Amino acid sequence: MTTQNSWTPLCAVEDIPPLGSRLVERASGNIAVFRTADDKIFALLDRCPHKAGPLSQGIVHGETVTCPLHSWQIDLQSGEAKAPDIGCARRFPVKVDAGHVYLELAY
Amino acid sequence: MKKSKLVVVGNGMAGIRTIEELLVIAPDMYDITVFGNEPHPNYNRILLSPVLSGEQAFKDIVLNPVSWYQDAGIDLRMGCEISKIDRVQRMVIDSDGNSTPYDRLLLATGSSPFILPIPGKDLKGVISYRDIRDTETMIDTALTKRHAVVIGGGLLGLEAANGLKMRGMDVTVVHLGDWLLERQLDTTAGKLLQQSLEERGLRFLLGQTTSEIIGNDIGEVSAVRFKSGEIIPAELVVMAVGIRPNYALAEAAGIYCNRGIVVSDALQSYDPRIYAVGECVSHRGIAYGLVAPLFEQAKVCANHLAQMGIGRYQGSVLSTKLKVTGIDLFSAGDFMGGDQSEEIVLSDPAGGIYKKLVIKDDQLVGACLYGDTTDGSWYFKLLKEGRKLGELRDHIMFGESSVGDVGVQGQSRASAMQDSDEVCGCNGVCKGTIVKTIKDKGLFTLDDVRKHTKASSSCGSCTGLVEQILLNTVGSSFQETPKTKAICGCTDRNHGEVRKAIRDHKLLTHKAVYDFLEWRTPNGCASCRPAVNYYLLSTWPHEALDDPQSRFINERAHANIQKDGTFSVIPQMKGGVTNSSELRRIADVADKYQIPMVKVTGGQRIDLLGVKKEDLVNVWAELGMNSGHAYGKSIRTVKTCVGMEFCRFGTQNSTQMGIALETMLANMWSPHKVKLAVSGCPRNCAEAGIKDVGVIAVDSGWELYVGGNGGIKTEVAQFLVKVSTAEDVKEYAGAFLQLYREEAYYLDRTVHYIARVGLEYIKQRVVTDTANRKALHERLLYALEGLPDPWAARVKGAQRREFIPLKVIA
Repeated sequence: MTTQNSWTPLCAVEDIPPLGSRLVERASGNIAVFRTADDKIFALLDRCPHKAGPLSQGIVHGETVTCPLHSWQIDLQSGEAKAPDIGCARRFPVKVDAGHVYLELAY
Repeated sequence: MKKSKLVVVGNGMAGIRTIEELLVIAPDMYDITVFGNEPHPNYNRILLSPVLSGEQAFKDIVLNPVSWYQDAGIDLRMGCEISKIDRVQRMVIDSDGNSTPYDRLLLATGSSPFILPIPGKDLKGVISYRDIRDTETMIDTALTKRHAVVIGGGLLGLEAANGLKMRGMDVTVVHLGDWLLERQLDTTAGKLLQQSLEERGLRFLLGQTTSEIIGNDIGEVSAVRFKSGEIIPAELVVMAVGIRPNYALAEAAGIYCNRGIVVSDALQSYDPRIYAVGECVSHRGIAYGLVAPLFEQAKVCANHLAQMGIGRYQGSVLSTKLKVTGIDLFSAGDFMGGDQSEEIVLSDPAGGIYKKLVIKDDQLVGACLYGDTTDGSWYFKLLKEGRKLGELRDHIMFGESSVGDVGVQGQSRASAMQDSDEVCGCNGVCKGTIVKTIKDKGLFTLDDVRKHTKASSSCGSCTGLVEQILLNTVGSSFQETPKTKAICGCTDRNHGEVRKAIRDHKLLTHKAVYDFLEWRTPNGCASCRPAVNYYLLSTWPHEALDDPQSRFINERAHANIQKDGTFSVIPQMKGGVTNSSELRRIADVADKYQIPMVKVTGGQRIDLLGVKKEDLVNVWAELGMNSGHAYGKSIRTVKTCVGMEFCRFGTQNSTQMGIALETMLANMWSPHKVKLAVSGCPRNCAEAGIKDVGVIAVDSGWELYVGGNGGIKTEVAQFLVKVSTAEDVKEYAGAFLQLYREEAYYLDRTVHYIARVGLEYIKQRVVTDTANRKALHERLLYALEGLPDPWAARVKGAQRREFIPLKVIA
């Protein structure tokens, strides 16, 4: 399979609230897709590295999401928890093309 | 990079404390070698007294076990004495002739007991009281011998005497001064102390000079002779007449000494590569012999060793405690007083209590407490701060708890302390450090706190305080600290300033707030956004728009998130009253959506736990009930008893009153959750005494109480007013809650708000000022007017995408 073929179309950018997220349900683990104030899109496994909290339910600020369970702060770009916490949420490649969001799942 | 070499001479409390401080701030800077002439790792010399008296064992007082040195990569040479410092070659030479090079040298050679130069001082059985060996000698002697004489009625002498007495010996204390502890106590307190020690069976000879120690024919001590000619039998003589700094090693190396190794405020000797801390130093002409100053020195010295160059040691104000179980005494500063100063004295010799405070130029300059030392550390703090006493002068003698209005239950001292206040004087640990460590490391036991912070691990006199702090920290994890500081890292503004700006400049959006107040982040963070959202909504109802993305998930989804990511649903049941139709629907919903747990809550409602997020809207639709707001910083419930309708004691219709209040307050957002209760008689079955607003019916009307809290730190609500009609209850309760909504900081419960502004202020605004009360009540009604039930709104389609996943991917 080539990379070109594996982009899965997801939704329009407008379907995700600014400073918010949407949940993508998936048998092998849900994915959280985030939108920042300046319309950047990020995707992380919906599982906080701390105690598996649903990151999709957190508050998005800057390029960070705060987990709703114990307020760990996860960097959307890298998936890394902000110090002093240590941990990393898996990232998924996303791209925006003509106002539509695509997710790379084979990654 | 090759590490520098740091050599420490002296394996005692000062030297090792410096290393501990150094390892915290610069863990990888040095290769460290420690020389100690005792065959033990660092132990707590302060606790030799409990070992002597049998209250603790040696292993209990070891501060740093050998494994600690290993873990820290420190080369430890126990039982190894340094005989020479070669400053030219930069190395130390030990008694075996081996040399060890250094880049920096830390001298912490401590002090030695002063031995009176009198005949017989070298006899067997004449010892000092300095280390664990002396202590063991005393313990062994006590097994076989009977008569002990302690020369010196200072702290050490009295502790030795008490320990020997507890080991069963006959003890006489010989003291040159006219009263005991003349450097720590005034005459009155000294006499009280003597009296209580005499009651324990100690004997005292005051104003006596020892002239000779007499031995028997095998060189053992047998008696002591005084200048007066009097002779008393003695099989053990403990000399505790003072200490002398050990500076011979430094002096021999040509380092400038003057009754101690002379150091600067950076604890540096005249050789810039050589530092010194502890009892061996002379700082500004003073050699300290107590532990607290040593630790202050260690902190500064470590900082300079780490080449950070911050911090000056500027000398210490000393305070004293006697570590004799059951005797409480405390002194600090200039406790003797004089012509220039005033004294406040509380004296109850029969009750064994004596307190003297010395005041000069409206400042506390000295304190001497005997029998009740509860407020010792508070006085010590006032003394060190040099604060002007002003009105405090009238109350100061009655202690910290008499000052200010600290709530009905007299908040514990620990919660009133500032973060910068010192808790453990021995180890120099502040409250803030303890709280931070408890939170950061998730500590729950006193032992853990001791391990991580060292607080209360030395003399132990602050143990109670540390326990209180632990309790407060762990117990009130949902109570935010007072909001005097910036809201969060996004801004330097505090809650009050943000709220004022929103009001004064009519800011209506998040962006306007962040721009106007020059937020450092583009759109705040998870701490400030919910607060700003609340301030906008409560200040400009019907004008500012609610921002769901600035709400915590529970308020965004109108349900409570659980640890597995499912939600709980609690429908409104006004006053705890339901009916068969509602119960039937709840049962049907529970079946249909396979809700794993149905539970009755403490607020007289029913909780459906474990609902999937995508089912929420359907669950609400099929329940056909309003939101119970059990998830928000908002009105929660109004708990009621059955009242006069059924109860034979009920004086008013409390259930109906509760329903009326819950109806009035529906959909009300607030700084934190708000709970009410209405009881039909003073038996108070609805537990109104621990609610934000508690209403208790009496025959002639209703009593209103405010600021109660049933959390881990229970707060009893305070009486606000008594009114006669149900309409009055609504008006007064509504006005109080609106005042709270308008003025409290986000995440402050009513109890915190009242603690900040004072109950008198509340009474003035809500009770005395009728016009203001009516205005407040009206503003509340206006703010709530027309607000939709959030569940009904979502059933109709509001915020739909919040509840629907984008796509299911196999």
